[in-house]
Amino acid sequence: MALWLVRRIAASAAIVVAVVTTMFLLLHLAPGVPFLPGVETPMDPAVVARLRAEFGLDQPLPVQYAKYVAALARGNFGESFALHRPVADALADAIPNTLVLAGTALLLDLVLGLALGVYQAVRTHRLPDIALGYGTLFLGSVPTFWLGLLSLLVFGEGLHWFPIGGVVDPVLYPTLPLGARIVDRLWHLTLPALTLGCVGAASTARYERAAVLEVLAQDYIRTARAKGLPERLVILRHALRNAVLPLVTLFGLSLPFLLTGAVLVESVFAWPGMGKLAADAIFRRDYPVVLAATLGATVMVVLGNLVADLLYAVVDPRIRVHRA
Amino acid sequence: MNLRATLAIIGALALAFLTVEETRRRAKGSSTGRRFFGQQAASWGLFVLVFFIALALAAPWTAPYGPSTTLDIVALKNQPPSWVHPLGTDLYSRDVWSRLVYGSRVSLAVGALAMLVAVTVGSTVGAMAGYLRGGVDAVLMRVVDVGLAVPRMFLLLVAIAIWERLPLGVLVLVIGLTGWFGTSRLVRGEVLSLREREFVVAARALGAGTPRILFRHVLPNVVAPIVVSAALGIGNVMLLEAGLSFLGIGVPPPLPSWGNMIADGAPQLATAPWTTLFPGLAIGLVVMALNAVGDALLDALNPRRAAR
Repeated sequence: MALWLVRRIAASAAIVVAVVTTMFLLLHLAPGVPFLPGVETPMDPAVVARLRAEFGLDQPLPVQYAKYVAALARGNFGESFALHRPVADALADAIPNTLVLAGTALLLDLVLGLALGVYQAVRTHRLPDIALGYGTLFLGSVPTFWLGLLSLLVFGEGLHWFPIGGVVDPVLYPTLPLGARIVDRLWHLTLPALTLGCVGAASTARYERAAVLEVLAQDYIRTARAKGLPERLVILRHALRNAVLPLVTLFGLSLPFLLTGAVLVESVFAWPGMGKLAADAIFRRDYPVVLAATLGATVMVVLGNLVADLLYAVVDPRIRVHRA
Repeated sequence: MNLRATLAIIGALALAFLTVEETRRRAKGSSTGRRFFGQQAASWGLFVLVFFIALALAAPWTAPYGPSTTLDIVALKNQPPSWVHPLGTDLYSRDVWSRLVYGSRVSLAVGALAMLVAVTVGSTVGAMAGYLRGGVDAVLMRVVDVGLAVPRMFLLLVAIAIWERLPLGVLVLVIGLTGWFGTSRLVRGEVLSLREREFVVAARALGAGTPRILFRHVLPNVVAPIVVSAALGIGNVMLLEAGLSFLGIGVPPPLPSWGNMIADGAPQLATAPWTTLFPGLAIGLVVMALNAVGDALLDALNPRRAAR
């Protein structure tokens, strides 16, 4: 188990290193002069040469790579071209926001998805199952940001139940006491997290329905029913435990989708997270920020998969035996 | 909405209905076909897909106006849906239904072509890794591990950040090239077991070369999972294209795509919600149809799964 863990961590680290290397190569082998890509008039070659020397671009590629990696290892992502601050600072501001949004959405995704999936499996081929089947199919098929826009229109503009964007109320927040501050944050979190979570929950529910149906066909369920256990207990005590297993896999699998969705949802709800940071940076030609955000997202996915694997070993004894 | 467009749309509906009925009639002959249409949503999904493809192909007839025709920027901007403009008009007084029809060409084509790129690369890489095994397999699968670790949207943002504004063709290529990792893993798994089967061994014994064995003997047997993953993948690509266009880095305007129509409409969300509502609904319908057909194909091509 310990050996497996070490090997698994090493593999995760290798993936992160490979992503860093690929990005470095993409940047340095991309055609064009790295300064002012939009400038039409040709620059004085002497100026270009000086700038290249200043940024170390005249050195051989391996040397540049070593410096780049060494800087990254010290948490130095370089200076943002447009924000006039180190990229690491901007990232440090954005990551907690994305973690809060994506974490809440993931929780909603798994809990709602599990509940709906189990409910559908218990009512297979009856009206609630069929209606929910079409409902989840549709929710899983619409663009996340479009759903976000509609929820803004209905609950923000129309009913005024929720604010139309941001993390906190820009005016009132500093004056609020602690309890009210938490409420304010949750109030701002509701719409974006629901949007992101519901889209995820739709596919989780479809997956979970199939998983529960498979479990319900097993012999030990028939045994539980045969010995006269109420159906409620059969489902909750015997079936659910094994139907939860696929959730662990889904947890690892849905992270990349969640972060992809977060880019758009953050833009819709003006949520200052990594996705919005990266999307805004595109227009400012600020690629150090785009790269850093991508690296941040990758690390989240890799860590998420590691946690999913560990959880799997904890939850499913068969896997532990297999690997030992 | 004029008479010609109304007739053309009715024609597209009739065509879709007849196609589904005819397919269903022919499908009765095979057990795979019966399993496919045994799925509740399969006929419905097929109907939606044929209808939208017909609309897109016949766009000059099914759309009463051109995709960027401004009718009367003063009197006819942001008009709510009416008989003349069934889905309303947008900020520049363009007919939303006409843009939706022309946009379907772009959105469907981007989805299909990008998926074609992804499936081609993914199957080739997967087949090579699974068939050759050893070092090639190890290297290719590590590449796939890395590709799957980066969320696709971020991967696309990096590509777009480095190469600036991409022409539509390159955009399709880039979307395709960031989407083959999953397919290659799937194909590799299938090929790993196929390569030990008697007919492959026989082909090898007869002296067939590796490319011939791969493309003539192995890959035709993996077509089923590839088709399913492609059907499900096109929807995903359409959603990505919409997202990129929404961020303003996808399909360049004034060419309408469903994604940049939503982006155009978003600032007037409160005053003219129809400009945002309908393109999103169209994406939802088509992606839902693709998912329904993909699910039904999965069951139809895999009898064990359908038994449930």
